[in-house]
Amino acid sequence: MAEKLLEIENLSVEYNTEIATVYAVNGLSLSLNYGETLGLVGETGAGKTTTCLSIMRLLPEGIGEITDGKIILDGHDMLNLPEEKIRDLRGNTVSMIFQDPMSSLNPVMTVGDQIKEVLKIHNKNMSKAELEKAVDNMMEMVGIPANRKNEYPHEFSGGMKQRIVIAIALVCEPKLILADEPTTALDVTIQAQMLGLINDLQKRLNTAMILVTHDLGVVAQTCEKVAVMYSGEVVEIGSAEHIFDGKYLHPYTQGLFNAIPKLDSDTHRLETIEGMIPDPTVKIEGCRFADRCKHATDRCKKAPCMVEVEPGHLIKCNLFQKNA
Amino acid sequence: MNKKILKMIGKRIVQSIIVVFIVTLLVFLLMQLVPGDPIVNFLGSNATEEQVAYYTELFGYDKPVLVQYGKWILGLFHGQMGRSVAYQAEISGILFQRLGITISIVIPAFILAVVLGIVLGILAAKKRGSRLDSAISVFANIGMSMPMFWFGMLLIMFFALKLGVLPTSGFVAFKDSPGQYISHMVLPMIVLAMNPLATFTRQTRSSMLEVIRQDYVTTARAKGLGQKAITFKHQLRNALIPIITVMGTTLGGMIGGTVLVESIFVVPGLGNLMITAIKGRDFMVVENGVLVIAIAVALCNLVVDILYGIIDPRIRND
Amino acid sequence: MKKKLKEIKNSRIVKVLFARKSVVFCLIVLAVLILAAIFAPLITVYDPYKQDLTSMLQGVSLTHPLGTDSMGRDLLTRIIYGGRISFVVGLVSVLIAGGIGMVLGLIAGMAGGIIDAVIMRIMDAMMSVPMIIMALFLGSIFGKGLGNICLAIGISMIPSYARVTRGQVLTVREMDYITAGTLCGASKFVNTLKHILPNCISSNIVLMTMNLGNAILNEAALSFLGMGINPPTASWGSMVNDGYKYMSSNPVIAIAPGLFIMIVVLCFNMVGDALRDAMDPKLRGTLGKKKKKKARAVKTVNA
Repeated sequence: MAEKLLEIENLSVEYNTEIATVYAVNGLSLSLNYGETLGLVGETGAGKTTTCLSIMRLLPEGIGEITDGKIILDGHDMLNLPEEKIRDLRGNTVSMIFQDPMSSLNPVMTVGDQIKEVLKIHNKNMSKAELEKAVDNMMEMVGIPANRKNEYPHEFSGGMKQRIVIAIALVCEPKLILADEPTTALDVTIQAQMLGLINDLQKRLNTAMILVTHDLGVVAQTCEKVAVMYSGEVVEIGSAEHIFDGKYLHPYTQGLFNAIPKLDSDTHRLETIEGMIPDPTVKIEGCRFADRCKHATDRCKKAPCMVEVEPGHLIKCNLFQKNA
Repeated sequence: MNKKILKMIGKRIVQSIIVVFIVTLLVFLLMQLVPGDPIVNFLGSNATEEQVAYYTELFGYDKPVLVQYGKWILGLFHGQMGRSVAYQAEISGILFQRLGITISIVIPAFILAVVLGIVLGILAAKKRGSRLDSAISVFANIGMSMPMFWFGMLLIMFFALKLGVLPTSGFVAFKDSPGQYISHMVLPMIVLAMNPLATFTRQTRSSMLEVIRQDYVTTARAKGLGQKAITFKHQLRNALIPIITVMGTTLGGMIGGTVLVESIFVVPGLGNLMITAIKGRDFMVVENGVLVIAIAVALCNLVVDILYGIIDPRIRND
Repeated sequence: MKKKLKEIKNSRIVKVLFARKSVVFCLIVLAVLILAAIFAPLITVYDPYKQDLTSMLQGVSLTHPLGTDSMGRDLLTRIIYGGRISFVVGLVSVLIAGGIGMVLGLIAGMAGGIIDAVIMRIMDAMMSVPMIIMALFLGSIFGKGLGNICLAIGISMIPSYARVTRGQVLTVREMDYITAGTLCGASKFVNTLKHILPNCISSNIVLMTMNLGNAILNEAALSFLGMGINPPTASWGSMVNDGYKYMSSNPVIAIAPGLFIMIVVLCFNMVGDALRDAMDPKLRGTLGKKKKKKARAVKTVNA
């Protein structure tokens, strides 16, 4: 168990469309221990969802392509495994909670059947009664009465649907959950509930999790580790403590913090990060954030590498380069 | 749940009855506008005035329009459609015998079109952009554009005249000789099935492609499901919903298509009867024929609605 | 500004249309056939009606590229002239159907209540009679001849236009911007009409293009059954019927006109499909897919 659960090295993903090639992920590296929770933070379009889909090998066929890198999940080399082997891992070792519960459930299948389905694939020798029982348990666990298992998704509210999506993701007790903005489509009141539920179940089943979000508040509440993504790469990774104490921060992370409204000071206007994320169809040589960075200088034309500023806290910025 | 379906079906039945009633009214009123007199048409130009007057009275064509209409509708409730001038017989007997023949072509052709269309549509969607996809798409486009009578003629030329393996025309009832029935029905069935087949293929392909993009398909893949299970359990069931809509309208169109098919292959079915009746100004036959066709179409739509209720749980709650 | 936006939108549609090679090809084929039909007397030296019993049922030759029919008339000439019927019937009947259907749909949707119910039940009734039987039936009322056939086929196609238009009126009427306009004191009727018309017209044009082929097929079918265009006027459908008798001796007479029907219908269908795809924002290339997903997520949050 000493080994890492997940190791991603230098991952690059492209989307090839008729119109252009989009470089969605550019040399991303990440690692995660068993049972650990990582918050993956970044703007829309930073490549968070693409990273998750790459781990599950679920990139849209014929369009999304992993061009470089390595993904080792629980000792399996995900990029060189045949499709059948990956199928065995999906839903069983690694599972995903999707952004939009409204559309991620099959509208013409009862929710019970949808939960049972994933259990059945990965536990071929379970009897019918055992399967039903496991479904009932799981539904109770996510807070839905088991007698509603014969109902269809449209008979549930948004929050309830997300509970079912969570049940589907957790019913096989995976080692890793990828939660892709699991609360953005829900009401604020339900968001907290849902995060609590995920966190609670994760602890109970001792599951590791990557929580994709753009909400730093959520990360502070739930994650032990934080990775900040910008334009397809991780620019900063460290423990939540290190990041939130703010001693050393990547200028982009700093910008994200500044954009949070503060209650204790008298601000009239929220600070924003000037500019837009770079065009993802263009390959960039130097630092990807340089265009929007207050500290950018000539040396930023050369790409920075990761620097360890504190134990376990790495930043990809020339400001912290020792021999600069 | 079942109660809801029953209620929905009940509502649809009432609606269908209203629509069929409007059809009878429209057809009857419009029929008065058709130039030509059925009696004169039947007796020929050298009939005496007395003869015409006698027959006009016999068939009730001298009564006011609304009385004629009322008599027809009342007769329907007693199982009587009226008498055909040309056949000199009660219409219901002729009509239902012809209807049986038409149904024995339409149903097999429909099944052929649905099954083959869905299979081809799935294949094309799965292999999107491949040569197979283009081939299927070309086939479907041609199938939609061919004039039915011309296609039938080509088949007769090739299979009946050139190869001599199938009869050119005619009809043999199944109970008289199953083998003869099949050999006579193969070509009409293919001709009648061609356009619907193309429609179903295109519809299946496009709704499968629509469904492939849906989030729940990604969910299914994330569960670790194999391609087959995803295609049939998740995609096809959702894709079927729009396909079923098309089935309803297509079946109606096929009943119309029998007019052409039956006249090319000289099948004594309802379509053939309709043409003869329209040409011969046999009013009562036309009116009753349209009525029977409208009822058949309404029944098809009813079946489609029931299928909807079975396949799409969301409908049941409306 | 508004005009400019519209120009961009229209040019995008044109671009998408012409991006498909098959569509360009179909448009060229149609253009050639339409021009040939219009300028028929300039193209062919033969008279399509003049019978010449000395040259009956001739085979393919240099003087008669497709041979002659049973009356000794040049087949290619008759096919070129026959195109006139097909194109005119196709165009006029979809215009009749689109025009009347749109008006009926607008009235039904805007008026609501009893008027809506009556119009739509009649449309339902018309729809429950298959189109070809409807056209045959109407044809027997109006009689033969070009104008009457256009009318019969046009009327039989009305219901789908009425339904589409009414559906759009109902959706647009409930939109927030209509309510907003009404709150600002604009007449609901005028306001709705102003917003609905552009939508209705564009979707009806798509439907019309897609129905052109069907209209041509129906005319051919009616003429084939002897209930359409009167002989000796050349119509592709009746020409197939004429040639039917010579199926085994001289199959070209029946095959050639049918082939032209198929080609024309095929081309119209392809153009119609492409137009529909080009106007459908859901199908704008693969890059559009990502955008659509986000738009949907936003929608559910708002709902």
